[in-house]
Amino acid sequence: MAQMMYREAVVSTIAEEMARDPNVVVLGEDVVGGMGTPGGPEAIGGIWSTSTGLFGQFGKDRVIDTPISESAIVGAASGLALAGKRPVAELMFADFIGVSLDQIWNQMGKFRYMFGGKSKCPAVLRMAYGAGYNAAAQHSQSVHQILTGMPGLKVVIPTTPADVKGLLRTAIRDDDPVIFLEHKALYGVTGEVPDDPDFMIPFGHARLSRAGQDVTIVSSGLLLGFCEAVADKLAAEGIGCDVIDLRTTSPLDEEAILDSVEVTGRLLVVDEAPPRCSLAGDICALVASKAFASLKAPPQAVTPPHTPIPFARELESAYLPSTDKIEAAVRKLLAWR
Amino acid sequence: MQLSREALLRAYRQMKVIREFEERLHVEIMTGEIAGFTHLYSGQEAVAVGVCEHLDTDDKIISTHRGHGHCLAKGCAVDAMMKEIWGSRDGLCKGKGGSMHIADVDVGMLGANGIVGAGAPIAVGAALAAKLDGKGKVSITFSGDGACNQGTTFEAMNFAVVTQAPCIFVFENNHYSEHTGVEYAVGTQQDIASRAEAFGMKVWRADGTDFFAVHDTMREVLDHVRAGNGPAAVEFDTERFFGHFEGDPQRYRGEGELDRIRATRDCLKKFRESVTAAKLLTDADLDAVDTDALDAIEAAVAAARAAARPTAEDVLADVYIAY
Repeated sequence: MAQMMYREAVVSTIAEEMARDPNVVVLGEDVVGGMGTPGGPEAIGGIWSTSTGLFGQFGKDRVIDTPISESAIVGAASGLALAGKRPVAELMFADFIGVSLDQIWNQMGKFRYMFGGKSKCPAVLRMAYGAGYNAAAQHSQSVHQILTGMPGLKVVIPTTPADVKGLLRTAIRDDDPVIFLEHKALYGVTGEVPDDPDFMIPFGHARLSRAGQDVTIVSSGLLLGFCEAVADKLAAEGIGCDVIDLRTTSPLDEEAILDSVEVTGRLLVVDEAPPRCSLAGDICALVASKAFASLKAPPQAVTPPHTPIPFARELESAYLPSTDKIEAAVRKLLAWR
Repeated sequence: MQLSREALLRAYRQMKVIREFEERLHVEIMTGEIAGFTHLYSGQEAVAVGVCEHLDTDDKIISTHRGHGHCLAKGCAVDAMMKEIWGSRDGLCKGKGGSMHIADVDVGMLGANGIVGAGAPIAVGAALAAKLDGKGKVSITFSGDGACNQGTTFEAMNFAVVTQAPCIFVFENNHYSEHTGVEYAVGTQQDIASRAEAFGMKVWRADGTDFFAVHDTMREVLDHVRAGNGPAAVEFDTERFFGHFEGDPQRYRGEGELDRIRATRDCLKKFRESVTAAKLLTDADLDAVDTDALDAIEAAVAAARAAARPTAEDVLADVYIAY
């Protein structure tokens, strides 16, 4: 086991897979950084430091610095994949799916099915998502609910450095397009990461990060840590929470959620995306329709309000789910009837 | 003309098969047997064939909603395509794609596309793959005078120049983007190639109704791109013999326009006149190809009619997870 940061897990996994498989290529805006400047290549090395050193190690043909052209980045990733490569493309901010959505939704996600199963599109689209940096409405969003709603895409949300390693390796070796959502507030988080060069975490298998008998809390990404903090606090009072880290929202580990709710009878979903047509609503509906008899209280969700993300520190803090809101929701579940 | 007799016969047959494929669909669609939207390629055959006759299966192409000609020219099987358009489970895409979404990766046909302009960035990616492989292969995206107005096409052209991708942007100017004239919709005085030139690549222009003009031009374009000079573009002036889609009343056409273009701008007629005048082939040679092509289409239609239909269970085939 090695200690590393979330961002180091990203870049080291890409480097390992590039070294293992010559078909793995990287592309994106500033993934080299400094191209065409007095500072020269690698003057930056990616704004998230998630491609640092790749250019020097693998060269310009396999680490392709692109213009600011998100449609072309995603489209080129599809074309590379259809032609037998395994591209790992970076959209600097998840919010930029807006300018490349056709290539994600109408193109890469549909090729395998629409073309009768013979076309493979093994592309990974990495993107930084999430609030917490006062980056306001166009650079802070959580977009997994939009992408999870699109058939043909696999959607991954790693929470720990170890999960980055295991899930990103699975994503790169997967034969379908994978959306890999990295929370920008987690890049600096450190954790233990297995050394095994083939360490992989299969998609569709949630992780139980806390175990308890009273309430099931389902979350992922930055907010998972909030849920763990609440679970730890309530454990001191003798209240036990299962905290389930989804890891992937498509495929969804329905079994892990239902099995837990069948024991606890209470569900709380904590999610960073807006509430309507959302993952939170989807999981509440799943539990209501498949574990109704087990429920001791109506499923609850803690999400931001249905607004764009505001800028000012006070406003963003008020917008985001907090440990207080999560704790209040758990207590509400326990107090039902 | 440097083509052998065999090459001439093959090129003519390819164009004729596409023509008869489309003319037959035009008739069959009226019966209501074929579902969905169909966009026919009749009139533009010299472009698809003049381009694809230079390619092998390791060269890639990306096509459009008007894609039957490109697919056939690149080597997609006539029978399997007809079955796909009929919606059979034995179709090239198992009845999941239909007319607008045909692909066959085995012959380097990476996909027709129902979204105008979506193909260009994908073709650049395939070109980057070819560049990585270093075997002199290319990727070609077919676009019309409609797609030339999409931002994706602009992004793709700049991206290809920046990355020096061996990508060829083939613009087929048939003068109509759906039901709107190029005179109105293409702001650069109806000139598409100049746009590509402005992005920094070498461009060519040729008469897209003249197979030999297309074929000769593409030899130069391909020599340039295969030699590692980055992307290139070529604009072919061509004609669309049918409407935007089958069922289009074409009220936008000029008086006698369709008769005129069929009489004076038909690539098959021009080919016949050219090769018989030069005594390279005889009318009898070409008539034999005509019969052969018609027979192939007749057989394909019969096979498509008789082909297995998909079942409800097939809806969930080729998905990674079903909810």
